[in-house]
Amino acid sequence: MFESTIDIFTNPDTYELYWDGAVVTVQMVFLSLLIGGALAVPLAIMRTSKNKLINYPVWVFTYIFRGTPLLVQLYLIYYGVALIEGIQQTFWWAIFKEAFYPCLIAFVLNTAAYTTEIFRGAIEATPRGEIEAAKAYGMSWGKRMKRIILPSAFRRAIPAYSNEVVFMLHASAIASTVTIADLLNAGRMIYARYYAPFDGFIFAALVYLCLTFGILAVFKQIEKRMLGHLQPR
Amino acid sequence: MFDFEGYGPGIFKGAILTMELAALSLVLAFTLGLLGAMGKLSKNRMANGVATTYTTIIRGVPDLVWMMLLYFGGQIMVNAFFDWLYNATDGQIDIFFPFNEFLSGVLTIGFIFGAYMTETFRGAFMAVDAGQIEAGKAYGMSSWQIFRRISFPQMMRHALPGIANNWQVLLKTTALVSIIGLADMVRLATEAAKSTGEPFKFFIPVAIVYLGIAALSDVLFKKLNTVYSAGVVKG
Repeated sequence: MFESTIDIFTNPDTYELYWDGAVVTVQMVFLSLLIGGALAVPLAIMRTSKNKLINYPVWVFTYIFRGTPLLVQLYLIYYGVALIEGIQQTFWWAIFKEAFYPCLIAFVLNTAAYTTEIFRGAIEATPRGEIEAAKAYGMSWGKRMKRIILPSAFRRAIPAYSNEVVFMLHASAIASTVTIADLLNAGRMIYARYYAPFDGFIFAALVYLCLTFGILAVFKQIEKRMLGHLQPR
Repeated sequence: MFDFEGYGPGIFKGAILTMELAALSLVLAFTLGLLGAMGKLSKNRMANGVATTYTTIIRGVPDLVWMMLLYFGGQIMVNAFFDWLYNATDGQIDIFFPFNEFLSGVLTIGFIFGAYMTETFRGAFMAVDAGQIEAGKAYGMSSWQIFRRISFPQMMRHALPGIANNWQVLLKTTALVSIIGLADMVRLATEAAKSTGEPFKFFIPVAIVYLGIAALSDVLFKKLNTVYSAGVVKG
């Protein structure tokens, strides 16, 4: 039983496989968080609007994407995009025939939905007095958003957002089901090559664990810096 | 529009399976969560350490990794155990225990959400006023009586929002069992979509069913909330 373990972990190919997988996972998670986060800011502002025509469409978007499994969203986009009439003749096909972009789109939309709700909560928690003070200074809506509401809302959103980042890292494991060579895929390859489920998956689990702890450590530092004034002394 | 080309009944069965899986996992998660919370709150260092390790490791690794580990490794583990038992008892006990997808699905989801429930219950138990438990002791109740009559009913009020939240996430996590080959809603829809070449026709109804279950459980949890908040003055 242990010979195969020694075989697996003395072979440099194993580490290369995991390294490549980890790079793909980190890349994909980072990109989706970046784009999803950028989308979430205007969406969250729209979501806090009192105008129903602006508020409701965003609510529908977040309700659907938070209420259905990411796997279903991924499959819908991955299998669905190929069927758009005539897409195979356009240049888009070069992008979409690989699994990476459909997968990225699914992740971006999903994380955007969750992040929108996180930001919305943070924006709505802005103390009334701060907004009144800004109004008293004669700031316009845009200036209030930029100088008062958003900076403090982003700070308040950090703890919840760190959960979303970890959640996204974990959710990204399903990318391996649509042929993307991510970290979990490396585990599956080791399993298939040596018939060693424990070695393959436990090593992948350890790498995920390290990534998770890394993310949490980074956010702890950020929280210390950005939320220092709220810490109990 | 509602022509599922003969896949309709199959997908309906898949929906039932999804709900069975979710319900069973919830029961397991609930039990593990209570045990874990007691471990975390106990003064026994052993229990405390086990519970803390459990929640940390489980929550640090993706659910799909656990599921695959259990699905591909579960049978090997079970076989190794019964082989050992067979040898240890000189062939007295000879059992072959088949480990299937359903079991690995329930176990994985149950264990993962047990870890999340542990945190929910821990916070809820801590929110119960210590005076209540002291009063129970003063009445001469045993620790089981205190748990059953005092801390559990009051804890549930604080835990319900967390439980509702975990349940919604759990429900969506059940979709992952389709990857290890269990014929749930998502799996059947994938097969139907591949063979008919019409993914929208099958995935959109599946998504609607998930939304429907989520909306329905929202209503249910609101009802439960009124039950467990009886006697609490809102203000």
